[in-house]
Amino acid sequence: MQSRLKSLPPARVAGNFSNEASQNTRLWRGSIAMVESPHAAHQAQMPVVTDLYNIDMMLSDEERMVRDTVRKFVRERISPIIGEHFEAGTFPRQLIPELAALGLLGMHLDGYGCAGLSAVCYGLACQELEAGDSGIRSFISVQGSLAMFPIFAFGSEEQKQLWLPRMARGEAIGCFGLTEPDTGSDAAHMRTSARRDGSSYILNGSKMWITNGGIADLAVVWAQAEDGIRGFIVERGTPGFSTSDIHRKLSLRASITSELHFDDCRIPATQMLPGVRGMRGPLSCLDEARYGIAWGSTGAARACYEVALEYAKSRIQFERPIAGFQLVQQKLVGMATELVKAQLLSLQLGRLKDSGHIHPVQISLAKRNNVREALHTAREARSILGANGITLEYPISRHMNNLESVFTYEGTDDIHTLIVGQAITGESAFS
Amino acid sequence: MKMFVCIKQVPDPNTAISKLDPATKRLVRSGVSLVLDPGDESTISAAIKLRDKVGNSELVALSMGPASAQEATRRALAMGVDRAILITDPALAGSDAFSTAQVLAAALKKEGADLIFCSTESTDGYTGMVPGGIAEFLGIPQLTFAREITIEGQKAIIKRVIPKGYQTIESTLPAVITIASGSYEAIYPTMKGIMGAKKKTLTQMSLADLGIAATQVGEAGAHERVLSIGKAEARAAGQIIKDDGNAAQQIAEFLQRYQLL
Ligand SMILES: Cc1cc2nc3c(=O)[nH]c(=O)nc-3n(C[C@H](O)[C@H](O)[C@H](O)COP(=O)(O)OP(=O)(O)OC[C@H]3O[C@@H](n4cnc5c(N)ncnc54)[C@H](O)[C@@H]3O)c2cc1C
Repeated sequence: MQSRLKSLPPARVAGNFSNEASQNTRLWRGSIAMVESPHAAHQAQMPVVTDLYNIDMMLSDEERMVRDTVRKFVRERISPIIGEHFEAGTFPRQLIPELAALGLLGMHLDGYGCAGLSAVCYGLACQELEAGDSGIRSFISVQGSLAMFPIFAFGSEEQKQLWLPRMARGEAIGCFGLTEPDTGSDAAHMRTSARRDGSSYILNGSKMWITNGGIADLAVVWAQAEDGIRGFIVERGTPGFSTSDIHRKLSLRASITSELHFDDCRIPATQMLPGVRGMRGPLSCLDEARYGIAWGSTGAARACYEVALEYAKSRIQFERPIAGFQLVQQKLVGMATELVKAQLLSLQLGRLKDSGHIHPVQISLAKRNNVREALHTAREARSILGANGITLEYPISRHMNNLESVFTYEGTDDIHTLIVGQAITGESAFS
Repeated sequence: MKMFVCIKQVPDPNTAISKLDPATKRLVRSGVSLVLDPGDESTISAAIKLRDKVGNSELVALSMGPASAQEATRRALAMGVDRAILITDPALAGSDAFSTAQVLAAALKKEGADLIFCSTESTDGYTGMVPGGIAEFLGIPQLTFAREITIEGQKAIIKRVIPKGYQTIESTLPAVITIASGSYEAIYPTMKGIMGAKKKTLTQMSLADLGIAATQVGEAGAHERVLSIGKAEARAAGQIIKDDGNAAQQIAEFLQRYQLL
């Protein structure tokens, strides 16, 4: 370590005052300290304000193309309509065929009609989708990471053949039932049961807060079986299985959230996922989805920061743009800094995942940090827009409200604190 | 059938505010994000549609530009073009519309093209002269402002947009066809298309490959020169029609005056 540090070229922070006056002026204006290499005498160009650390340069052509394509789709197809759906409390179902045609459903799975994107590409797509709306990103996360992934990872070959191609084409929508009215963070103590009866299982219990539940053609449901927690594929229309949507939500309004009810619901034993037993099943799905959320929330944060920055530059009070006031700059700089940090965290998380060296604690740390900071950014952005910030004319309040759900689902902020806490101290503080 | 679509990388019109360099009087292309011309995305989409309809055809994207224009050609590949050619050479910097057409025509001649698609104009330079130039250098017909294209044997038939409707015209092949803006919706590259693009062929050609001398093109060979640049006139205030009972009539007349009705 010591020797590696020594062998690094002598980087120097320009902006020390030995430079010429003109150089200093430029540095002050640009307000960015550039690291001067011995070979580059000129100052690098001011990076774009939404990518202050030139993360763009660290992406491959392919990764950029995925990002730009999804960004364009969001700009053209999602942003113009999402405010109305949020207000009406409806999910834009008409977009499902388009999302499927783009190849976004189960995009990070390989084969069975899926695109086989790398983890970084998957993350970038989530980032752009959530810059549109957390509800759309949630739909994609649930379909790909929570419903298709368990079938892909733990399903029988017949189950995979039957469901995955249809789900990739958007012809079958899935949901993921883990949370129950009485067990949220403590999902391991779920009450829903699966009793073996000959060649069937009989399910009883209910699931709560289930994204896509009301529109799902199949539910991946986790239940207590005699030999531990098992995953089951339950098709819509199965006698004893019903759903009801949850209304009056003030967050994630452009997303469907439902209850699933199982009342002596009999399903063939072949609909159990044979490849996993215990909490490892649902937890490995959650790892996939949480990974996408760590990236996704940076998209929401970027959208809020961009809007607040533009607004601050054009809103005149006391005869000058409010961007010229120190207090406003402090907020904007805080947002920009946290955005850069979250982006770097996501990218390294993605590189770790692609190299096969990712640890769940890294996902927890990134989910916790990035969602927390995105929520803070949304609130700060809201304040910069003043009264305009509370309307649906701007995306900020929508993102802010959405992020309250993102903060809670897929492991609350607290739970991720405890996961990281346990990992670094060796002490469990859960119960 | 061998189909070609000519494409260009331009400063992203969605993010870049176009700036003109007062010294060179040219568009500033550095320090801005460069993308495949959005107009070309529609043209590529039109070409893909036709390739699939005609069947048994190959569609090749052809671009002239710096090495960085590879990214634009990759996007064309991801959208569904079969292979791509990028003509890149340091001597090409500063080429005008005339030399651009000359270079593209040389490559098309070498490859042998039955059908060549171009956008009516690029989103950055807006000269609109390259497609006509290509047709001239190749000595083939040019069909402009197409909003619908059909191929019948060795004939191309298009619906050509004119101010009050459209004309139906036909020509022999090979031919150059320019697409009327707004006639074809740009398709999105799919995730699978993006993953598959790297497996497709992207060939680079230099001036030497085309047998063109460096002095014929670029700064040295330019026939056009920008003399000066000036600010566009500020837009005049719009006309406000007060409804005193015949506003509908007035609006209709206004639209008619601009041949929009
Ligand atoms: C919009 C939305 C969509 C959802 N979609 C799905 C879905 O598709 N599928 C699904 O299965 N679930 C889904 N959920 C449920 C979500 O995962 C749960 O809400 C989440 O796990 C928290 O559970 P809970 O709401 O029961 O809160 P609780 O677990 O009751 O927690 C309440 C509070 O107590 C804190 N707390 C709990 N235990 C501890 C502890 N040991 N130490 C410190 N603090 C603690 C929590 O952090 C929280 O602040 C969704 C939720 C929402 C809001």
